Amino acid sequence: MGEAVPDTRIDTSRQAEVVRRLREFLPPHAVLFRDEDTRPYECDGLTAYRRAPMVVALPETDAQVRHVLQTCSALGVPVVPRGAGTGLSGGALPLADGVLLSMAKFMRTLRVDPVARLAVVQPGVRNAAISDLVAPFGLYYAPDPSSQIACSIGGNVAENSGGVHCLKYGLTVHNVMRVRGYTIDGEPVDFGGEALDAPGYDLLALAIGSEGLLAVTTEVTVKLLPKPQLARVVMASFDDVETAGKAVAAVIAAGIVPAGLEMMDKPATHAVEQFVHAGYDLEAAAILLCESDGTPEEVGEEIARVKQVLTDAGATRMTVSRDEAERLRFWSGRKAAFPAVGRISPDYYCMDGTIPRRRLGEILTFIGEMEKKYGLRCPNVFHAGDGNLHPLILYDANEPDQLHRTEQFAREVLEKCVEVGGTITGEHGVGVEKIDQMCTQFGRDELETFHAVKHAFDPAGLLNPGKAVPTLARCAEYRGMHVHGGQLPFPELPRF
Amino acid sequence: MQAVLDALAEQVRTAAQSARALRPRGGGSKDFYGNELAGEPLDTRAYAGIVSYEPSELVITARCGTPLAELERALAEKGQMLPFEPPHFGADATLGGCVAAGLSGPRRASAGAVRDFVLGTRLLDGRGRVLGFGGEVMKNVAGYDVSRLLTGSLGTLGVILEASLKVLPRPALETTLRFEAPKDKAVEWMNQWAAKPLPISATCYLKGELAVRLSGAESAVRAARERLGGDEVARGEDFWADLREHAHPYFAAEAPLWRLSLPSTAAPLGLAGEELIEWGGALRWLAGAGDARAIREAAQRAGGHATLFRARDKSPGAFAPLAPVQAKLHRALKAVFDPAGIFSPGRMYPDL
Repeated sequence: MGEAVPDTRIDTSRQAEVVRRLREFLPPHAVLFRDEDTRPYECDGLTAYRRAPMVVALPETDAQVRHVLQTCSALGVPVVPRGAGTGLSGGALPLADGVLLSMAKFMRTLRVDPVARLAVVQPGVRNAAISDLVAPFGLYYAPDPSSQIACSIGGNVAENSGGVHCLKYGLTVHNVMRVRGYTIDGEPVDFGGEALDAPGYDLLALAIGSEGLLAVTTEVTVKLLPKPQLARVVMASFDDVETAGKAVAAVIAAGIVPAGLEMMDKPATHAVEQFVHAGYDLEAAAILLCESDGTPEEVGEEIARVKQVLTDAGATRMTVSRDEAERLRFWSGRKAAFPAVGRISPDYYCMDGTIPRRRLGEILTFIGEMEKKYGLRCPNVFHAGDGNLHPLILYDANEPDQLHRTEQFAREVLEKCVEVGGTITGEHGVGVEKIDQMCTQFGRDELETFHAVKHAFDPAGLLNPGKAVPTLARCAEYRGMHVHGGQLPFPELPRF
Repeated sequence: MQAVLDALAEQVRTAAQSARALRPRGGGSKDFYGNELAGEPLDTRAYAGIVSYEPSELVITARCGTPLAELERALAEKGQMLPFEPPHFGADATLGGCVAAGLSGPRRASAGAVRDFVLGTRLLDGRGRVLGFGGEVMKNVAGYDVSRLLTGSLGTLGVILEASLKVLPRPALETTLRFEAPKDKAVEWMNQWAAKPLPISATCYLKGELAVRLSGAESAVRAARERLGGDEVARGEDFWADLREHAHPYFAAEAPLWRLSLPSTAAPLGLAGEELIEWGGALRWLAGAGDARAIREAAQRAGGHATLFRARDKSPGAFAPLAPVQAKLHRALKAVFDPAGIFSPGRMYPDL
């Protein structure tokens, strides 16, 4: 984390030149460079990293975006695209010698076609705003990251964002039909389309989740789904976390694909309950939220099956939401988990590993050991249906060494996720945050291939450089320092 | 298995050194697909077997040479299925060919395509290196999504050695309804119904008849059947299997077969030849000897593209030409995975 931000000095003559060139076609208010103006852009949702950009550009039209990219390409200035700035991995961390390209002014909905069930929106449109907009047609946009009231669809495309309903409805990549934008050279690109496939390679899939390294998005066509007639959620209590984990596997093994399947441990429910009063069972070691949606008949049938499976799996208490208000209240706690934890601790650090579900008990035990080893608490919220963990390490950045211990804690957990067959990031992205852990998950050949893919789109390496994929040199250094689950080579040697 | 893999890698390295073309090939069931075949076949069938299958994880991992039928049998035993309902086009179809061809069946419009269920792959690239992308978990955003890029790449980027796929439980009940309707009305209904929370899992229109498959919980299927009306069809599963495999009499025509992928709401294009419509209006087969350029232009005007799917004469090119920027990116990506240009040259595009 923190150490990854080396250069923060801004070359003022370079800055003046870039400002002058950008102001040739952008109005003065769309080119920011004074410290007080660029400061709001110094970080995204990962606030542990901060760095002021050399210049912030706020274009309003496609032509302006293209012009910014052409200008930066010609000058050899790196460009960091930014959506709503809610990302949790530092993907929009600025560069001291770069232009921060804010897409915040791209707020228009270009077209809604309720018959073809799609919406064409600009990248700055908020995720939740899409569903609000199409609700009168009985439609919605399925991926619902917890930050959905603030995060933008452009950012969702960059990160391949998920949410609590992914198991049944998929991620961004399953729900976006087309992405239009520009390469770093300012060439217009069009990935996917309004048909269900496009000729040639699946460049749409490659662009989604590319963390702004391949192209800048200026237009997104999303798929809309008919809103299920009814949704109900079962809230089940368990007196130990591992039993709850096994109950999750039992639900899936019974042939049920719930609309949502979430788990929270006791420290997490306690933090949340004080904050939102969701009505969680505070005695339980863990609670599961299992949602069923569909026609009333279907939901009735599925809820009955879910209750049976959970009872057999050892649930100690179960409540089924009686109406929409209660359903939303049950979810409100889960969706507010991060801010709730933010209230009980000065700082928290959110992990995003994914594991095969059957390894859940093992991972939770491991996290418990790490809590003792590093002397830090770590409540857990978990997209149990798809194996995506969000352990939240609580720390205080003002206490010397706590941030460092947090980083070590997180590193060990993510490496454990890889070891059990999972991944270091399920939906938050690598950004700058998990760049070292990429060295654990991928070998030299894969990393080389990723760099080559980037080169195919951006030969000069100017678009969001330094994010998502570590250099081979950095990995060699990292691997040299950390081998075998945190055991340093030659542990007997003194280090400082 | 390691010896089989080593032998494949050795063949690739040798071919790369001598710039000799190779064509990864499983059962050969999709040899008809794409442009004219070039290169010596690289037989993948010996690299076979299910590597892991954990029904409660909804994931199966298997080697490329695994027969698709074997994979589907293993899933069926546990009450699960490949949600994209891939066409086999022959008893010898393999998993590798299924992923490389990227073709999906009748359930595509409601469940998703092959690429939507590919979670991870292992690839033998043009340097003879074995690379791993993605994994066995549903959510994974570490690194570029190369596995989905490989899906449908027709063996032009390397040998897809292994794939991990998300699977789903089989629906409790399926039933097929038949309606009489003219073409434009059928397309309108397909779109209207898709916008309602109905358990429709497949649609097919041909010659004034619209077939609709309902899949799901018993109660949901029953309720939808009452709501939609229509006549229930006996042995509906055979109808959809024949459609998927192109064993339906429609596909026996001698004329070239075009596959038009269009926005689902596109108005009938009025092209010469018999049309069969699937995927809620988004997939339109056209059996006819019309002018290739006119067909491609009509598809493009409607917002889609046309593939010359089966034909004796593939000279118009199997796939719709790419825009210049796209073509440039394709060539650059090809060079990333296959720098010597040995894999399936020309199968997708002449310069790829």
